[in-house]
Amino acid sequence: MAKRLWAAFAVFAVSSFLFLTLDTRAGWDFILVFRGIKLVTMVTVGAAVALSTLLLQTLSANRILTPSIMGFDALFLLMQSVLVLMLGGLGYAQLAALPKFLVESLVLTLAAVLLFTLVLGSARDIAKVLLTGLIIGVMLRSLTGLINRVIDPSEYAILHGASFASFNQADPALAWIGAGVTAAVFLWAMSNHRALDVLALGREISVTLGLDHLRFTRRVLVAISLLVAVSTALVGPIVFFGLLVSALTYAFAGDWRHVILLPFAALCAASILILGQTLFEHVLALQSSVAIVIEAIGGAVFLLTLLMRKSK
Amino acid sequence: MKLTVWITAILAGLALMSILVGAAPLSGDGWWLVWVSRLPRTVAALLTGASLAVAGTVMQMLTRNRFVEPSTAGTAQAAGLGLIAVTLLAPGSSVMIKICAALTVSLFGTFGFVAILRRLPPRDPLLVPLVGIVYGGIIGAVASFIAYERDLVQYLDVWTGGELSGVMLGRYETLFLAAALLALVYGFADRFTIAGLGEDISRNLGLNYAQVMSLGLTIVATITSVTVVTVGMMPFVGLVVPNIAARLWGDNLRRTLPLVALSGAGLVLACDVLGRLIRYPYEIPAGTILGVLGAAVFLWLLHGRARHG
Repeated sequence: MAKRLWAAFAVFAVSSFLFLTLDTRAGWDFILVFRGIKLVTMVTVGAAVALSTLLLQTLSANRILTPSIMGFDALFLLMQSVLVLMLGGLGYAQLAALPKFLVESLVLTLAAVLLFTLVLGSARDIAKVLLTGLIIGVMLRSLTGLINRVIDPSEYAILHGASFASFNQADPALAWIGAGVTAAVFLWAMSNHRALDVLALGREISVTLGLDHLRFTRRVLVAISLLVAVSTALVGPIVFFGLLVSALTYAFAGDWRHVILLPFAALCAASILILGQTLFEHVLALQSSVAIVIEAIGGAVFLLTLLMRKSK
Repeated sequence: MKLTVWITAILAGLALMSILVGAAPLSGDGWWLVWVSRLPRTVAALLTGASLAVAGTVMQMLTRNRFVEPSTAGTAQAAGLGLIAVTLLAPGSSVMIKICAALTVSLFGTFGFVAILRRLPPRDPLLVPLVGIVYGGIIGAVASFIAYERDLVQYLDVWTGGELSGVMLGRYETLFLAAALLALVYGFADRFTIAGLGEDISRNLGLNYAQVMSLGLTIVATITSVTVVTVGMMPFVGLVVPNIAARLWGDNLRRTLPLVALSGAGLVLACDVLGRLIRYPYEIPAGTILGVLGAAVFLWLLHGRARHG
């Protein structure tokens, strides 16, 4: 069934080409650099979100979870606010990109492993897990709001840019770091694709089939956390996009094996982002609201998935 | 009941604190300040808390689910959408028209949620608030999108953020509508209790189930719209207070309604006073504090249930 994978790759290639070449008014050397960075950012974020969602759904053997529903992005934003509170606006703005990203990823990974082993390990009721994650997200966002009220308005302005998902203001250095991390995680996941297939069968069956469930789960969690850190650091919080991508992947990939699912999801996500951004910027001339529209569509898909799943 | 006396005493103490605490000193123009700002603010907090707590109780009874409340059913977000719509379409209209517009959209939003609920089998009770939160998120995303395009995002945040600092004499009287609806709920309390036992039992006992459901949900939506339009969305009040009340005092609405109302009033007032004190003389919105506190209590309710079985 690799045919569909090639089709997805073709769509991705065409959309990238369109994004780079449509409606250009400046010289090619400027265009390629300027739009090239944006393209790298979108591909990275798309792949990161798609992979993290898919991995989490395999891990929990459930197709409704996404990492953002579990409140990861909210934790990330809270860390930003706490940093501004402790260091002041100027100190925060002066932090170097790479060390800051590494520290944030580390904290996020630790929090993720803690949260998941506490919640996913004990709860058989998936709705309880989802609801817990959502409420943790609300609590963290309210805490962030509280801190935002306590800091200076000028410091708040620095933060505010980070809290709306936007593809126009990604830091180039961070984009390459993110791309590297995402590529590394992708390669790791592909090299373990058979273990992932087994993991998707559920806890009992994977243990029966000889998989070291606990250890492998922890590794997958680390992978997920890194990917979430990348996507949130680059463009901010995205909640339902991952769900949209995973729903499309399961519907159209034509295969249940991860060796096909993972690249298909990454290509699908990147294509949606690139096409959406191209459409919005050049055809509809709306500025940065792609993320909001994608979120709304993704949320609707989430609802439909919930409803259709239960009435089977 | 002794408990009611205690709670009323605590409420009176909080109200006194609320009248005395604030950024401006009470000397000189003191009486005027109390009359125009502090007293209305206190009354608004009490009314908001009481009506939201009661609305939450009614909603939980009618949907037979412990974890629904007006802010997890898309009601508040729909009211925000209505406000945006009326601001863009008829910006010069009076406050009453704006409230009616928000109310209408909010009613549609709530009934949409109930329609979705009917398609969910009751096997998994936690699915309901989940669907509600996502549903509210989608409506919120639509409102955000429109606001973003018309540069109204900040206004949307300010309108829908639960805050009592804008309350003054002449700007909060619509909350008395919510108080009137409270009295109505008390009158219908027995019917809501029976409806809370389920459709079959209600029909067996001779209750017009559909009518009571519609009435109850309309009341809930109206209370929520009025509060959102007047002071913004106070999250979690309608969830936390009824749950704790149900654990302590049971499900007989007629008996527990006064306690629920008083407790809800106390909660919102306490958060408002706290917001005025944390970073004196600057104020933190009561809604923000409720967001943190309420979420923590919600998590405790979700996971601490096992002991009760």
